[in-house]
Amino acid sequence: MTQSVSYVRDTMLPAQDPPALQSGPVKWVLDNLFSGWLNTILTLVSLYVIYQVLSGILPWMFGGIWDASSLTQCREIRDTELGGKEVACWAVIASRWKQLLFGFYPPESYWRVVLALVLFLAAVAPILFSGLPRKMLWLAVVAPFVVFWLLWGGTIWGPICVALGFVLGWAVLTYGEDIAGELAAILGAILIPILYWLFLAGPLARGIADFSSPILGFSSVISLVGATMAAAGIYLVTRRSSEIGATLLAIVAIIMWWAVVDPYLLVRFGLLEFASGAGLSAFGIEYVPSKQFGGFMLSFILGMSGIVLSLPIGIMLALGRQSDLFIINKFSVIFIEVIRGVPLIVWLFTASLLLAYFLPPGTSFDILLRVVIMVTLFSSAYIAEVIRGGLAALPRGQYEGADSLGLDYWQSMRLIILPQALKISIPGIVNTFIGLFKDTTLVAFIGLLDPIGLMTTIRATTDWNGIYWELFVFIGLLFFICCFSMSRYSQYLEKTLRTDHR
Amino acid sequence: MQKSVLLGAATVALLAAGAASATTLEDVKARGSLTCGVSTGLVGFAAPDASGTWEGFDVDLCRAVAAAVLGDPTKVEFVPLSTQTRFTALASGEVDMLARNTTWTFSRDVDLKFEFTGVNYYDGQGFMVPKSLGVTSAKDLDGATVCIQTGTTTELNLADFFRINNISYEPVPIETNAEAQQQYLAGACDVYTTDASGLASTRASFENPGDHVILPEIISKEPLGPLVRHGDNEWGDIVRWSLFAMIAAEEYGVTSANVDELAKGTDNPEINRLLGTEGDLGAMFGLDAAWAKNVIKSVGNYGEVFEKNIGENTPIGLARGLNAQWTDGGLMYSPPFR
Repeated sequence: MTQSVSYVRDTMLPAQDPPALQSGPVKWVLDNLFSGWLNTILTLVSLYVIYQVLSGILPWMFGGIWDASSLTQCREIRDTELGGKEVACWAVIASRWKQLLFGFYPPESYWRVVLALVLFLAAVAPILFSGLPRKMLWLAVVAPFVVFWLLWGGTIWGPICVALGFVLGWAVLTYGEDIAGELAAILGAILIPILYWLFLAGPLARGIADFSSPILGFSSVISLVGATMAAAGIYLVTRRSSEIGATLLAIVAIIMWWAVVDPYLLVRFGLLEFASGAGLSAFGIEYVPSKQFGGFMLSFILGMSGIVLSLPIGIMLALGRQSDLFIINKFSVIFIEVIRGVPLIVWLFTASLLLAYFLPPGTSFDILLRVVIMVTLFSSAYIAEVIRGGLAALPRGQYEGADSLGLDYWQSMRLIILPQALKISIPGIVNTFIGLFKDTTLVAFIGLLDPIGLMTTIRATTDWNGIYWELFVFIGLLFFICCFSMSRYSQYLEKTLRTDHR
Repeated sequence: MQKSVLLGAATVALLAAGAASATTLEDVKARGSLTCGVSTGLVGFAAPDASGTWEGFDVDLCRAVAAAVLGDPTKVEFVPLSTQTRFTALASGEVDMLARNTTWTFSRDVDLKFEFTGVNYYDGQGFMVPKSLGVTSAKDLDGATVCIQTGTTTELNLADFFRINNISYEPVPIETNAEAQQQYLAGACDVYTTDASGLASTRASFENPGDHVILPEIISKEPLGPLVRHGDNEWGDIVRWSLFAMIAAEEYGVTSANVDELAKGTDNPEINRLLGTEGDLGAMFGLDAAWAKNVIKSVGNYGEVFEKNIGENTPIGLARGLNAQWTDGGLMYSPPFR
């Protein structure tokens, strides 16, 4: 690369960095923080304020005392070892964090709550992220029942018998149409499962549990797996000759397995003792009454059931409010306006106090269920209005376009209108959900021990009487993590769904 | 939970119709546990420890009743109730009894259809001020700002007191006791007023309790006691006499330590009747002859319970005062066991 011609540069000079003041962080700082005398002064004042705040809070937070058995001891440690500097007494969190998270749930069963949480996250993941395999959606079908069983315990036949109701409804809807016509099938699909849940599911679950536990040694996973495999094997082998015969044979195989093979295996290998020793009788785990639910777990259960249930109800209400059918329209309007027009705390008091007056004395219709219902109804009214906003924002052409394609009402809603309306409503929906999640702390007023309620009980012990901010900071952090995740997710979703070219 | 989910309201109604006919005693025995409504948290009176076991002065009363009825003080399900939910919970049968620092008043006893079965703590509203204020009597508090919990009888008592003494004050409404502590310490008010037991426990939680004084005036009567529903007098008797058994035991010197010894028989017929070695008082209300012995053995007599939870050796440090035995000039007086 020599200079071959005088006065003419025929090769490129190597590129140089821009001047230090015109690039990188320095330029950003100069442009944004010190671009004039006013901005410089404002920057300096802000820095001073931030410093003042942080220098107060950070040493308080990070210099906190973790190892003490009471507030008094915390203060002693502070005075003797830290020279009386004001620091947080995190020892209260160290000693009570389990209670703040799980309430009075039996400690030996904490794993059930954790497992339920993992399962819940795994079940919502395929709904939230479209990149995941679609087969995972089956988890979302099964998860509600398994999560319920894990949390409350008892025999697994309860949730299974409840789930059977849905199968029943589906079967009536699918096969009833040919027999009784469409309208009758739809009505039947609604009524039959409800009747089943009201009158059959309970006795059925208890019947199976009672029948299966001691006599047949129905107490290990092996018996279910074994019976299924035996039945499946026989069915597959004999299917060719006759379908019905194969099914009957398979049923016989299951019964034979339970009646003969299973007891033999269990006795032979001592599995029965093992199973009862591990507390696994009849696929049951220890029953935990709702009274023992508390802490952040309670908030999470209330918040998430409210969120999951209120979205579909809210969509239905929003469509109902737009509907031309008189009864549906008026019902939706009245429902939304009544529920939304009254504060949540009033509904919670209704759930806990008024219902107690209406129901016959001695009845205790589970308080947690009552609160979940109220929270769900409350939030679905808000969701309905948010989604109605989305529906209203769609141009008329979208509705007309759907009609001109020959789609019926549900098809046009499902394929054209709702996807767009929901996309527009995402910020509003997530906003409502975050609000709902935080509002669950109101249950402290009806005596449920959510984190705020537990704060009172923790302060009521002589050890921690007088402690204040530490508990608030901890609970605030828990809520922040959840709400912030929801907010980030909604932003991610908006970005992924952005199909226009704005 | 499952039952109510599965069977729904209709079946529950049927169950309830069956349950309502039985007496509370039969219900408790059939269930194998007592459900007792307690405070959601009140220092010294009711609070769960780190493992979730409830402790406190009111809690021990629940345990005493469980010991009398079921012979086991651990067979209690505690239902934390807020001030708003407590009466409904009792009226609707969600709890068998309330031991929730509830003041015995005419309207609660008569109008709300409850039966107060005694007084386990005589409280009264008092005032706390910083020592630096130099106040020695509540009558000197003219023009003071007063931190007060809203929606309680203390608010009304305060207004009455200042009006009677013709002095003025400025209320600072506060929602909870914890908030009141913060406000008072931050100097948002000159005076904090609530029940004297609450003042003592609040003061005990301060960094320098010595800097604050509780004024001598007690401006209201707050007899706190257990209560049950109207109409089941046998159950009311059980709760009432469980408390009296604890009070009488202290009077006669029966403690959890010597009750086994004394239950073998003593020269004092009153003790013998109490502990079931003479006569059979328990059978009169359907309990075991050793019901009172079980109470004293498992939770102790009234004095022991007091000392353990709120007495002078605890951080709360309450003196017996009105709650001393009548023989010591207090109001604790059990009718005879005969």
